Amino acid sequence: MRRSLVAAAVIVTAFSAVAVPVSVQAQRQGGVPPRSARDAAPIDLTGYWVAYVTENWRYRMVTPAKGEYRRIPVSPAAVPIVNAWDPLADERAGNQCKSYGAGGIMSVPGRLHITWQDADTLRIDTDAGTQTRLFRFTARASSSGTPPTWQGESLARWEAVAAPDRGGSLSVVTSNLRAGYLRKNGVPYSERATVSEHFDLAALADGGELLLVNTIVEDPVYLNAPYVVSPHFKREPDGSKWDPTPCSSTW
Amino acid sequence: MLIDLVARRSALALIVVLAARTAFAQTGPAVLPSQFEFAGSWAPLATEDVQNDSVPVDYLGLALTEEGRTRALSYDESQKAMIERQCQGWGAAYVVLGPFGLRTSSQSDPRTNRVASYTIDAWEDWMTMTIWMDDRPRPSANALHTQAGFTTGRWEGGALAARTTHLKAGFIRKTGVPLSDQATIDWRFFRHGDVLTVLMVARDPVYLAEPEVVSKSFRLSKTPLDYRDPCVTGFEGREPGDSVPHFPPDQNPFLDEFMKLYNLPREAVLGYRDTLYPEYRKTIKDTYVPPPPCTADCGVAGNFVRRR
Repeated sequence: MRRSLVAAAVIVTAFSAVAVPVSVQAQRQGGVPPRSARDAAPIDLTGYWVAYVTENWRYRMVTPAKGEYRRIPVSPAAVPIVNAWDPLADERAGNQCKSYGAGGIMSVPGRLHITWQDADTLRIDTDAGTQTRLFRFTARASSSGTPPTWQGESLARWEAVAAPDRGGSLSVVTSNLRAGYLRKNGVPYSERATVSEHFDLAALADGGELLLVNTIVEDPVYLNAPYVVSPHFKREPDGSKWDPTPCSSTW
Repeated sequence: MLIDLVARRSALALIVVLAARTAFAQTGPAVLPSQFEFAGSWAPLATEDVQNDSVPVDYLGLALTEEGRTRALSYDESQKAMIERQCQGWGAAYVVLGPFGLRTSSQSDPRTNRVASYTIDAWEDWMTMTIWMDDRPRPSANALHTQAGFTTGRWEGGALAARTTHLKAGFIRKTGVPLSDQATIDWRFFRHGDVLTVLMVARDPVYLAEPEVVSKSFRLSKTPLDYRDPCVTGFEGREPGDSVPHFPPDQNPFLDEFMKLYNLPREAVLGYRDTLYPEYRKTIKDTYVPPPPCTADCGVAGNFVRRR
């Protein structure tokens, strides 16, 4: 009887505890509520950034030749798709954004506008293709069953340098992607691809700032090895050059 | 009995729920050390086109001054056949422009046991580069300039930041794009897991209208890299005393080769500043014609393309 009473007490106490939000618990215990991702940011990525295309120019600023996939470690399964690329068919099928998905968007020449959508969600808008990426710092309930999208679902995490030094990096992993292209000319990635990124800042000698996005695309279907690129962006003072344009499969 | 069973199962459910709450709660920042282990062997990840050295007169992705463009157009690759230039080697920028991996090590000050320097070992046509971490002063501007230059570094925001000066006049592309002895290079070495990303920002008041920014990633190698083969000179068709091969800049016979190969705009191939920004795409949108479908070496991962 006594054990049963203790057990009942445990049940009641436990579920009471679960019913109370974490932040309230922290306050009751005299603790500080967990800081939001925005408050915990070790670096400030917000603002306008412009792509500075000094690398992979021929693969980014113009559409490369059909069938060329130089420097991308494609699997044999990808080659027929590369050779069958038909941008007009993509356009007709409503797939003109295939080269603007998370696997390739950071290499598309354009501007980024980075803002906080809310305290725990960093938002990146691109003017090229008018895309929006949402980096959530709080894991959501299972997204299984959610249809894949061009930008997928991104889970973000700050990596802060130990005090007393300052600085750090943003780590982002994106999955649940709609199949897309790594390059405009139809080099594919599949829905099973994952995109791992690190966003780092570097001060320039002239007072400016560079954003480096180290990107690793892994795809068990169309890549034999990780595809690694690191496009970079210059900080701009404002959005005066922001120029949204729709996706295009031909340009 | 029944309530005991309920209690056990409820306790189990509680553990699961609490664990889930912990996992789904705000993920706080991971704490990075202010320094990382830089020493080791780093194998190159050759998935970015940073070298562009396969076809003459390819200055894509560069912002050149008129003087830089003129010098580049006067370059003849046959210069490298001259015996005195065969082992001339490449400058510091070749860390990210070259095809090689990095073999790095640290050296400690025996008095303090603190890291005094890092070195990136030489390879066949590249000098050892030392990054001094001991706050030593930069030498006089009149001090010896070398291919590797003089580099000092410090840890900054979890990255290794360094600056190179005292460079010997050389090249920033193997296609003959020059870099003067007044150039400076700022470096950031970022490490994320086993991937090292090197960011280079090269400035040159003589030949570059805007900084040249190149990044390259490497993966920590389980086996040591070994690039110790020395450069060996040999007869390559140029006799001592022959003139230095070159072209009058306006008569470079390869001027159009790269442009025609890929239907590229002339101003982009010749390294005009505006071609590095997104606005430029809009100016060529209605005139650019993609090249014909690729039929040869379409997926070669190396540095060289077949010249048609």
